[in-house]
Order: sequence, then structure tokens, then C-alpha cells
Amino acid sequence: MIVAVASGKGGTGKTTVATSLVLAIAAKAEDATVAAPVEAPILLDCDVEAPDSGLFLDLVLEGAEEVPIAIPVVDPAACTYCGVCADVCAWNALCVLEDEVLVFPELCHGCGSCTLNCPEDAISEGTRRIGILEWGRADGLVFGRGTLDTGQALAVPVIKRLKERHPAGADSPVVILDAPPGTSCPLVETLRGADFALLVTEPTPFGLHDLRLTVEVARDELGLPVGVVVNRDGIGDAGVDQYCSREKIPILMRIPFDRRIARALSEGHALIDALPEFRPRFLELWCRIQDEVGR
Amino acid sequence: MRQLVLLSGKGGTGKTTVAAALAHLGSARTSLVLTDADVDASNLELILNPVLRERRHLVGGQIATIDPDACTQCGICLDVCRFDAIVHDTVEYQVDTMACEGCASCFYQCPDGAITMVPQPAQWWMRSDTRFGPLLHARLAAGQENSGKLVTRIREESRLVAGEEERELILIDGPPGIGCPTIAASVGADLALLVTEPTISADHDLQRIVATLDHFHIPAVALINKVDVNPEQAEAMADRCRNHGIDVMGELPLDTGVTQAMVDGRPVTEYLPGSEVSLALRDVWERVEARL
Repeated sequence: MIVAVASGKGGTGKTTVATSLVLAIAAKAEDATVAAPVEAPILLDCDVEAPDSGLFLDLVLEGAEEVPIAIPVVDPAACTYCGVCADVCAWNALCVLEDEVLVFPELCHGCGSCTLNCPEDAISEGTRRIGILEWGRADGLVFGRGTLDTGQALAVPVIKRLKERHPAGADSPVVILDAPPGTSCPLVETLRGADFALLVTEPTPFGLHDLRLTVEVARDELGLPVGVVVNRDGIGDAGVDQYCSREKIPILMRIPFDRRIARALSEGHALIDALPEFRPRFLELWCRIQDEVGR
Repeated sequence: MRQLVLLSGKGGTGKTTVAAALAHLGSARTSLVLTDADVDASNLELILNPVLRERRHLVGGQIATIDPDACTQCGICLDVCRFDAIVHDTVEYQVDTMACEGCASCFYQCPDGAITMVPQPAQWWMRSDTRFGPLLHARLAAGQENSGKLVTRIREESRLVAGEEERELILIDGPPGIGCPTIAASVGADLALLVTEPTISADHDLQRIVATLDHFHIPAVALINKVDVNPEQAEAMADRCRNHGIDVMGELPLDTGVTQAMVDGRPVTEYLPGSEVSLALRDVWERVEARL
């Protein structure tokens, strides 16, 4: 089962919830008193612009690979400067002058259309690095993260590759995705193929506004079942509760506003390590997610 | 005309809260244009109570669509698509509209002319009036691609408005992250104000946004929010900023008044003008103004 932890608004606690949820599941999987062995859960950090989940884990990295995207390489000996490549490029990544073709790699999305359309077969493909994937283990779980290189614009190909290449394969029992903030293409790429979207919000006007937009993407556009975690419960107003009740979206967990939690997170401690009383509550959250998916 | 962009790397550090306060404080001293460049989660309007003046289309990109009557199921579109946007179940080939990047590679390669490119649903950008100056903002259709293009567009409009009305400063509330929308929000800005907080995550993401701004040669200053969450970490981050040549414009306390102001729909400096956080924001504005 694949569960994406998302939010719309940044800083609502996606990584807090994703790391503690996967750590709670991992601890249960390792529990010797459970008769049948259970496979380790997987955490994939899909917030490739700001990948922070590894900071909260005892991470042992085991491997890495670069994320390339294709870019056109024009052979000046074969090129007739006809201009077809520039005409077909949807991103203006090529500019054909009288006796030169300019390629702007930062604009290229790697679709390969210029190569296929060149009537002289003068365009081949090179690659350009835009980020890196890393794999490892931590506290009984399998970990993967993508990191977009600074100065690069395209987050989506890094997320896509991370989800394709994770070492446990598609049949692993539990995959938790730590999603990026926002409601546009990086979120959509993360949510594709997920079974459930767990939406972390805070009970404020900003939290509510962005929760609504995220529900529009996850539930209304992609048809995913959704549930909400209210973080920093007790600040703000009742808008999120009223909205969830009106929209019949279950509130699966509440995490109170507590300076002890803020302090522990600031130091890089996972919530359930700093405050062990949360451990059973995250297992209960996991049960409720499974119930919601089974509905 | 100067342009100041608020960024953070990590989300939720207080960019919009600070942007609203600087809009309030700045409008008393100079003439502003306000730009909400976080089009994925545009929250500035929740504080500024904008009155809509005009609402315009942004012609979006295109996506492919397959005519099932013309399609001969040859599968070439599936082969050439690099974005997994062609769905082939049993017989028919279809386009996953959420996955299609609009590259048109399939359109050019289809031997049967069965694929057409159709415009995406419209995105909207808006110009509104607020008591602190004109606001340029946008609404991204759910799950859409173009947030970088939309940001670029509202920044162009902001410059036009600033030029027409001879306004001195464009204040840009930026998105989290370091990728496409962040780059679109920052390129050409005179100064970036990095709103951060004393947490290990925000510190990590601050380093990434600083490297991104270095890449585009945009000078930066910093503001550390919620310092009492971890004062030692705040001090270490301030030192690291200075060592990197990034001046710290101030530090803000963790204050529940900030949330109350948000619930009330007003900048904290207007809602609780005498509070510690509002006084600190006044100092921040003066330092930032001096830097500009």
C-alpha cells in the first residue's frame, strides 16, 4: 500500500507525520513477538526541493545514482539549419540561426521530439544531471530520497525516477511518500499511483485554504481517498474542523501545539522518539488509514 | 523601481506573515506593488482583503488528445512519450491529462493524424486593490503544470503596474522550495529576504536556497522567525549566515498573536502594533529598506 503524506501549505508537519508513521510501522514489523515476519516499510522523500526527512532518522546510506535528463546534441556537419527542431520544441530550448543552432539545456524537458523530427538525423541525445537519488536504511525501514540540484528547475523528473527506482520494487507492502508542498505538478507526480493521501494541515486560515486546494487535487482530480491530520491543534480557529465535517473528510489524528514538540523537531528528533506516548497513536493512525483504504 | 522577494526553502517559516507585515509597514513609507508569487498556495489575499479590479486568462500549455476513430492502435505514441502520459488498456490508447507535459512528440509522430493538441484549462491571474497597494495574484487550476509560467506572468504585470503608477517597490511573496516556481519568483529581484526558523530542517533548506540564489547572482539577507523554539540553533544559524555574507535583519519571537492576526485577516503589525513581534518587524523593515 502506498500512502502519500501531503499538505499544500508548507511547514504543516508532513515530514513529522511521515517519519513518525513509518518509524512506528517499522518498529511493529521488527517486533519479535509478532509471529509472521513482516517486510520493512519504505519511506521515499519526494520533496526533492527540500528533502528533510533523512534529518530525523539514523540513516545509513548505501547507494546513490544521478538523475539525468536527455538534451539534444546537434551535429553541425549534418545540420542544414532548416529550423524544424526549434519549431517542434514546446519550451523554446533550441534556437536556429543562419549557421548555428543554440541549445538552452535549462529549458529542455528531455522529450526527445527534436531528435525524432530532425529530417537530417542531425540530432542525437546527450544527458544532463539535474539531481541525485540516494538509498539507505534506518531504524528498520528502507529509505530513499531524491535531491534536486541547486539552480535546477525541474523537480518532476527527480520525483518520477525516485518512485520508479526504489530498491524494494512495486510489491513492497508499505510505502510512505513524503510529498512536496504546493498543488501543482510535483505534488501530482508524487500522488500518482498512491492508494491514499494523508493531508497534514494546521487549524488556521492559511492551513484551511491550502487544504481545500490539496483536496481538489488528490480527491477531486485524482480520485484518491483522503484523510486529515490536524497538527498544532489548539491554535487558530475551527475552520478546518467545519470544512472536514462538511466535506465528510475524516480527521484521523490530532497533534496538539506543544513547545516540547517544536523543540524536539528543531533538533532533528522524530516525534515518536522524543515523545514515546505518540507511538501507539501513530499505529492507530496506520490502522485508520488501512480502514479508509479498505472502504 | 526595486524588487524584494521573500523566500525560505522550507515552507511554513512565515514568509506570508512577514510579507503582509512589510506591506503594511512599507506602504506608510513608500509606494508598493504586491505580488503573490506562491501561486500553488496563494495566502497573501487572506490577509490583504483585496478588491478585484481585473481578472485575465493566461493561455496555458497544450495537452495531447487521441481521436479513437482515427487511431489504428499502432502504439507509436506510447513508445515516444517520455512522461508515461499514454495509457494503453486493452485496445484503446488514451492520454493521461495529468501526466501529459504538452511536448507534442506524439502529435508529430502519429502516422494516422489521430492526435491533436488542445489548450489546457485556463489559468487566471488577477489584479486587485488593497489598502497597501495593488496586488497581483493568481489561481492555479488544481494540479496544473504551469506554475513557473504563471509566476513569470504576474511578475511581468507587477512591473507594468509599478511603471505606470510610478511605484517604488515590488514586494514579492515567494513559494517554498528551490525549483521552477522559486526561480521564476526570484530572477531579476534586487534583494531576497530569506525567512527562516531555528530548526534543523529550515537550516538545511536555507543552505539550498542560498546556493540557488548564488547561482542566479541574487543578493540575500535573512530573518530568523520563531527564535525561542531553539535559541542556540538560532544563534548558530545567524553566525553561519554572516559567514556567508548574508546579513541578519532581525529575529522574531514565537508569538500566538501571529496566528490571531491571521484569523482576524490582518497583518500582525496592524492587529497587535505594540507586540514584541510587531516592534521587531518594524526594525526589520527599516534595515531592509536601508539595504534596498
